[in-house]
Amino acid sequence: MNEQITHMTKEVTAGKLTRREFMGKAAALGVSAVVASTMFADAARAAGPKKGGDLKLGLQGGESTNSLDPATYASSVPYMNGRHFGDTLVEVAPDGTIESRLAESVEGSADAKVWTFKLRQGVEFHNGKTMTSEDVLKTMERHSNEDSQSGALGIMRGIESMKADGENFQVTLTEANADLPYLMSDYHLVIQPDGGMENPAAGISTGPYQVEVDEPGVRHVFTKFANYWNDDAHFDTVENVVINDATARTAALQSGQVQLANRIEPKVADLLGRAPNITVQSTPGRGHYVFIMHCDTAPFDNNELRTALKYAINRADLVDKVLRGYGSIGNDMPINSAYPLFDETIEQREFSVEKAAEHYKKSGHDGSPIILRVADGAFPGAVDAASLFQQTAAQAGIPLEIKREPNDGYWSEVWNVQPFCASYWGGRPVQDQMYATAYLSSADWNDTRFKVQSFDDLLFSARAELDAEKRKGIYSQMGRMVRDEGGLICPMFNNFVDASSNALDGWETDPNGELMNGQVSRKLWFV
Amino acid sequence: MHPIIKLVSQRLALGLLLLFGASALIFGLTEALPGDAAQAVLGQSATPEALANLREEMGLNRPALTRYFEWLGGIVQGDLGQSLTNKLDIAESIGKRLGNTLFLACVAAIVSVPLAIFLGLLAVRYRNRWPDKLISAITLTTVSIPEFLIGYVVIYYVSVKLGWFSSLAMINDSMSFGQKLNAIALPAFVLTLVVLAQMMRMTRAAILNLMQSAYIETAELKGLSTFQVIARHAFPNAISPIVNVVMLNLAYLVVGVVVVEVVFVYPGMGQYLVDAVTKRDVPVVLACGVVFAAVYIGLNMVADIVSILANPRLRHPK
Repeated sequence: MNEQITHMTKEVTAGKLTRREFMGKAAALGVSAVVASTMFADAARAAGPKKGGDLKLGLQGGESTNSLDPATYASSVPYMNGRHFGDTLVEVAPDGTIESRLAESVEGSADAKVWTFKLRQGVEFHNGKTMTSEDVLKTMERHSNEDSQSGALGIMRGIESMKADGENFQVTLTEANADLPYLMSDYHLVIQPDGGMENPAAGISTGPYQVEVDEPGVRHVFTKFANYWNDDAHFDTVENVVINDATARTAALQSGQVQLANRIEPKVADLLGRAPNITVQSTPGRGHYVFIMHCDTAPFDNNELRTALKYAINRADLVDKVLRGYGSIGNDMPINSAYPLFDETIEQREFSVEKAAEHYKKSGHDGSPIILRVADGAFPGAVDAASLFQQTAAQAGIPLEIKREPNDGYWSEVWNVQPFCASYWGGRPVQDQMYATAYLSSADWNDTRFKVQSFDDLLFSARAELDAEKRKGIYSQMGRMVRDEGGLICPMFNNFVDASSNALDGWETDPNGELMNGQVSRKLWFV
Repeated sequence: MHPIIKLVSQRLALGLLLLFGASALIFGLTEALPGDAAQAVLGQSATPEALANLREEMGLNRPALTRYFEWLGGIVQGDLGQSLTNKLDIAESIGKRLGNTLFLACVAAIVSVPLAIFLGLLAVRYRNRWPDKLISAITLTTVSIPEFLIGYVVIYYVSVKLGWFSSLAMINDSMSFGQKLNAIALPAFVLTLVVLAQMMRMTRAAILNLMQSAYIETAELKGLSTFQVIARHAFPNAISPIVNVVMLNLAYLVVGVVVVEVVFVYPGMGQYLVDAVTKRDVPVVLACGVVFAAVYIGLNMVADIVSILANPRLRHPK
């Protein structure tokens, strides 16, 4: 019987046997339906991706103000649009290594200051032009020149000069940076013909799908690009449907009108997972929900008070109640095990009423209420999280006063302005970028006003260090500094909670972003 | 000049003045909101340079009054301008959205207005008996439940469980009329439930009020059936208050359905306006505001004119 089954699975893999035929024959051989079904699925997967089909994604995070210009991407739908039609030089693989896309290879000089990207040849844009190193250069210039409004402007700062040289694109940095390839994987840096200087919102790049319909805030439809350079991307069409309402999104998924949905609310995720034909995909990522204190503003300029507040928060309880288990506890630093070169040995800070009370006493705070500003828009469940924090702080005798702010204008009026508020960080591909974005003295988004010269020095020395073990040591030291002296209270890292129809296959866990780092339209296929 | 023409032209002039006032008010309020379009677009990732560059490009550096009068200068020439955030032509975007909104409003109105009036007449015919009580109970229940809840319940049973209609009411140009009707069945149904009660109750109240009159008694005495009395003698005299409440509900169907739009993912004006306010896209907010104000003013004008035409005393003033 075994031989026969093996033969049958081989036929399935070769595409000679349909599911119905397979199940029928398996039943005749006395195999139970459940087992047969699993065997069929395994055999079908071994057959590799199947081409064709129309993929529909129900996505939160789209507005009628969205543009196809990659420089403007700031929410999920534009980001996914860019993933469907665009391509970057390199991509971060699920395991954290650099994967080549439009650049065939990347090479850094010994001092990590000069980086050369050898470009793939014969790659065609959707408008029929062939991609050259000039296009790459112009793209990077558009994101980094002084007129730039690009969301990637911050990470393009350390560039001294760039040049296009035949098949190569070369970047020279002012300071050494061993992580430059990671910066070039940023989703804003979609390569466009002539850098998109003329018409940045034309939606033309070298990606697997080309733009068919562009209705901002409603839907974006893409069709397979016939001359796409790679052999991934298996669908005929891909459609991003903007469904900002969480309940409408899950309803659309349940009734089969979309096959993928992002941002599943933790409170319904368990229920949704029980529905037939739907799998909830929970992926640990680098995003974290935080409370941030300005280290240079009273009363938070007192490290004893900061430490007291850090001890006064019950992390496990927050993960349980706010994230419903779809996340992991934080350790008051922005880094977790999803990052390369993470040091697992850094001691976890635990909730302790005694220690909180002790540090609070040492701080000599006058007992006046400490104002914590929150809005639901800071992160989902922020107001609840603040209330829980208030209660545990009260146990330690620390008076927290919660001030609710409107969602509207929160990121311009409260975050990075007020000394103590709730916030959210999406995480970055590497530790260097996370620290450089928000913990370097000179960073624009240093939202904890953490300005420590020795920390900055460590950051720069890590950049120039090409020995991984030594870098890991430096990052460990930096992590401890932020944890013990910084203004960050990081109770939890949230998972990406997506849901997919079981009609799709090929899902892999990718900590780099939601919906498999936006690679669903390239890596999935219909069973 | 005929008094009606005079009245209409007076109303039109007043309407234009009101529109101008509304636009000034909307502009002032949007300016008073914290932050501007540049900040809203760049969000958490804003750097001071990028902000400055974007403000320069959007022209936000110039004084507010200059920007308002530039906009006003454009609109009197029929130019709604460009969106600040995605550079698309506003007239084109609004045209599509307004078309969708009007389509949904029309379908909901075609179902709900005759139904509401018919139910109102029925309630009067059987006043204080079980049909009257049943109609009132049902319509008052549906109007009391928040519309998003009705929406979710309808989606859950009709779309997810039964699979009869799509929960996404997305319509686009490539769809046939029948497909569009099918797509908006659920939101139109929910809207009907929401607006039914007020119109039905007003019809009932207005006619009941007249049923005490002497001429109704005469009609009854000369042997007409109750329904004939209501339809022929009471209803024409009750038109004025009914039209007023119908117009109010029509205006609501056009400008107040953002919640239903969100729940059913319908690409109408409401969502467009909300997005524009969040992004501080002032020209779009102004354009939407003016369109909404025009709808309100226009429908109210229609209500007034119909009331006058329905009332001989107003139609032929001494």
